[in-house]
Amino acid sequence: MQAQRFQDSDDVSASGYTPTRMQEARPSVKKLEGLSGWGRYPTADTAGIRPEKARDLAPVEGRCLARGLGRAYGDAALLSMGTMLLTERLNRFLDFDDQTGVLRAEAGTSLKDILDAMVPQGWFVPVTPGTKHCTLGGCIASDVHGKNHHRDGTFSAHVPRFSMVLADGTIVQASPIENPELFWATCGGMGLTGVVTEAELKLVPVETAYMKVWHVRSQNLDKTVALLTDPGYDAQYTVAWIDCLAGGSRLGRGIFMAGEHAKKSELSLRILNPLNPPAKGTKPFPVDLPGWALNPMSIKSFNWLYNWIQGSRKEFICSYDQFFYPLDGIHDWNRMYGKRGFLQYQFVLPMRTAFQGTKEILERLSKNRKASFLAVLKRFGPQGQGMLSFPMEGLTLALDIPFTEDLLPFLDGLDDIVMRHGGRIYLAKDARMKPEAFRAGYPRIDEFCDIRKRYDPEGKFDSNLASRLGLCR
Amino acid sequence: MQVSKGPVLIAGATSGIARAISNELAKEGHPIVLAGRDESELQRLASDLSIRTGTEVHTALFDASDPATHPLLLMEASAKAGKLEGAVLAFGYLGDQQLAQTDWQEARKILELNFVSAASLLHVLASDMETRQTGWITVLSSVAGDRGRMSNYVYGSAKGGLTVFLQGLRARLQKSGVHVMTVKPGPVDTAMTFGSDKLPLLADPGDVGAAIVKALKRRKDVVYVPSPWRLIMFVLRTVPEKVFKKTSL
Repeated sequence: MQAQRFQDSDDVSASGYTPTRMQEARPSVKKLEGLSGWGRYPTADTAGIRPEKARDLAPVEGRCLARGLGRAYGDAALLSMGTMLLTERLNRFLDFDDQTGVLRAEAGTSLKDILDAMVPQGWFVPVTPGTKHCTLGGCIASDVHGKNHHRDGTFSAHVPRFSMVLADGTIVQASPIENPELFWATCGGMGLTGVVTEAELKLVPVETAYMKVWHVRSQNLDKTVALLTDPGYDAQYTVAWIDCLAGGSRLGRGIFMAGEHAKKSELSLRILNPLNPPAKGTKPFPVDLPGWALNPMSIKSFNWLYNWIQGSRKEFICSYDQFFYPLDGIHDWNRMYGKRGFLQYQFVLPMRTAFQGTKEILERLSKNRKASFLAVLKRFGPQGQGMLSFPMEGLTLALDIPFTEDLLPFLDGLDDIVMRHGGRIYLAKDARMKPEAFRAGYPRIDEFCDIRKRYDPEGKFDSNLASRLGLCR
Repeated sequence: MQVSKGPVLIAGATSGIARAISNELAKEGHPIVLAGRDESELQRLASDLSIRTGTEVHTALFDASDPATHPLLLMEASAKAGKLEGAVLAFGYLGDQQLAQTDWQEARKILELNFVSAASLLHVLASDMETRQTGWITVLSSVAGDRGRMSNYVYGSAKGGLTVFLQGLRARLQKSGVHVMTVKPGPVDTAMTFGSDKLPLLADPGDVGAAIVKALKRRKDVVYVPSPWRLIMFVLRTVPEKVFKKTSL
């Protein structure tokens, strides 16, 4: 449209006239060609609308799916032949109770928005994944977990309630007391029950913006798992980095990392403003690396270097950004894997089979020289109540592997091991699992589908992940 | 510029750019008065701003199209937040050029809101600040006002008129120590540009807001955001009319 060529910033809604044109206007739809998740595989040609005001976040004609900041790795936030409801502009804080720490905000509010504003006031998010560029809606839909899962559970355990808009356009409140079935179907429900519009999150008080961190080097899997489970080494946040290329007697070697929010008294006196660490700019990852740049040799060198540098740091203080979000410091780090992207693979095994199963998978990785920069082992605490929530009590291993032709059959092989050991695969990271592996891992799927059918009988909310997995047939 | 923390009025507070400007100013500790027509949205923005920044935030219902009410806005804002240190005019109406060529009501709406309404509020603010010998005013004009173009000359002429009005007002008020800044944004990534064909240099409203506040602190007179528009518009202005009239810009 010609008249739109030099449009500028002005706000129609703030003008004084009854905007007749706006009343008729439908939200503009943008073509989103080649849209993908964070792993850049797979892609989809779709379209989206982007409401600027919360009241405009509502289902549209045809099928649709909410999408926040697109940090799910695979096809969880993709919908071909439908409309993406982009929530990125809906990030207003609506209410904060400084007695209880409960913040109510619009669903597109990111953890970064919350941390930037609330850490200086002495509050931290109760659970965070490895990026802060994710929205409240997305964190609920994937029922994300963090390094404190063994103590504090998943994200939804800290969400007292939320409002959502259903397929027929009605707005309902859900909490563990009010519409509890809808609540627990939506926590971990991958956006398939409706669109969360506002959510409450119970923040936790902190004295400083810093973390007290310990690193312990471990020589093999026995030692690594022992560190993760030994109460003597336990902390609020624990995780272990594993060198996937080490085999034989060194299989599963790595670094155990534990952290606590630092108290004021634990900081050096040189830190004048404990709640406001100096801001560090992010550096962009400048180019798409060619596909061969990440190979077993380069990753092996990285692992050696990482082990040498990180393993020699025993106990230290660092900012929360360095502890929780090392990769957020590099903008668009997914470009490191080139245009073909990469696959994330994260599974959990129940405690009774966890050691054996993890060992089998690490052996498979080491034998096939399937390298991974980020191989992270973590102990989960008891399972929450989200019907499709991923974490269960046991051990979880997360890997990211550059995309190659033989990767898909290789991962199918890993799925078999996971199924045999009674485990499951994380939907927020999945891009390729088969329906059988999904059904085996998520025993509450039928219960979920019953509730979804009640609230969305026509299947208005849908995703490529749901179709691929035949989620509710 | 001294770092004073007086109250700031944001007229047309619900746009993305206005929100970013409010946020930057609130972070520095300025009490904010958000004025606009959409009451529920103003309330949401006020909560957002006060929780994020801990600053004092007020709202005021304001209809730009009714100049008779403009003195009341100033009274209400001053009553709620105190004497204004600054004011940001961020309202406007893009309208539809095609429609405006056939429908005088549309053309008139565009001209009145972008020029007459802005001039009216400036009239009120200017005399208040001139009397008090202090303050600053920041107004969102547009690159569209730098040269009349076939594709949006109705809107462009209203913004062009506003730009000229501000030039004169700036000269008048500088004698009283009141600073006037004209902002000329290029296309910004908002609901209106979302989904249209590729626009050049589509700017993020948050970045635009931050750039405006930065320019404000440096007491700039005229600022283009993003900055490449200064050069683009310079070039565009130098094209002779004989040639320019044959383009379809």
